[in-house]
Amino acid sequence: MMDANVFYIASTVTVLAVIFMIFQKNPVSSAIFLVLSFFGLAVIYLTLDAHFVAALQILVYAGAIMVLFMFVIMLLNLKDEELVYDKIDLKTVIGILLGGCIFAIFTLYYLDLPVLEAPELVKGFGTAKEVGKVLMTKYVLPFELIGILLLVGLVGAILLGRREED
Amino acid sequence: MNFSEVSLNHYLILSALLFCLGIVGIVVRKNLLIVFMCIEVLMNSVNLAFVTLARYYAEKRGAEIVLDGHVVAILVMAIAAVEAAIGLGIVISLFRNRQTVNTSELKTMWG
Repeated sequence: MMDANVFYIASTVTVLAVIFMIFQKNPVSSAIFLVLSFFGLAVIYLTLDAHFVAALQILVYAGAIMVLFMFVIMLLNLKDEELVYDKIDLKTVIGILLGGCIFAIFTLYYLDLPVLEAPELVKGFGTAKEVGKVLMTKYVLPFELIGILLLVGLVGAILLGRREED
Repeated sequence: MNFSEVSLNHYLILSALLFCLGIVGIVVRKNLLIVFMCIEVLMNSVNLAFVTLARYYAEKRGAEIVLDGHVVAILVMAIAAVEAAIGLGIVISLFRNRQTVNTSELKTMWG
């Protein structure tokens, strides 16, 4: 059903991309590495037979959200002295230790879980047709509410981006 | 833990790893734009957990397939899009007023 090698390669790419993203000085290269991690995650979704979610991951994240980030980075046009050069100080060390501790807690908990084999694939699992059916019947109310939320977000973003003198 | 074949734990540990990397990024970095990118990574890690559990509890109940995890992942994606739009709008107006995106220089709420 799923190839272990594909999972390992994709997850390595994703994790390395996120690490590089965090430690880049320039936000543009951070954004590029973020796109790379989104593509890696899309491949991991494919190994989980989530075809529709994988397609949406690329369309929404790599397409829409990344373009938004790029526009804002270009719009701000940060000069060299405004780019924040983080030095490795106590805060960095504490942050990494904190993240390591949380990861250790998660991992210890997850390793205690029984090793679960994936059940037989139901025909049509994860396709746009079946996900759309569930989205339009059982989850139709959250779906409509998300539509309203997107509208509110649109109005809010316009309001925030407006200049004062208008 | 068996490394030759992938099981539920692998995916959940990868999700936890991405979540912790996102937290480390938020704590370590001072550039507001990169902090936002780390929030996107956090949302992605939670999405991965949802999609994983949807796969490992896949079954057919009556006429329809149980796909709640995928639906929740799609809703989270929509919320992430709204959050990015609003958040970047805030960053733009903040930069217009203060000429900085350094979180350690943003100390006051007024002026």
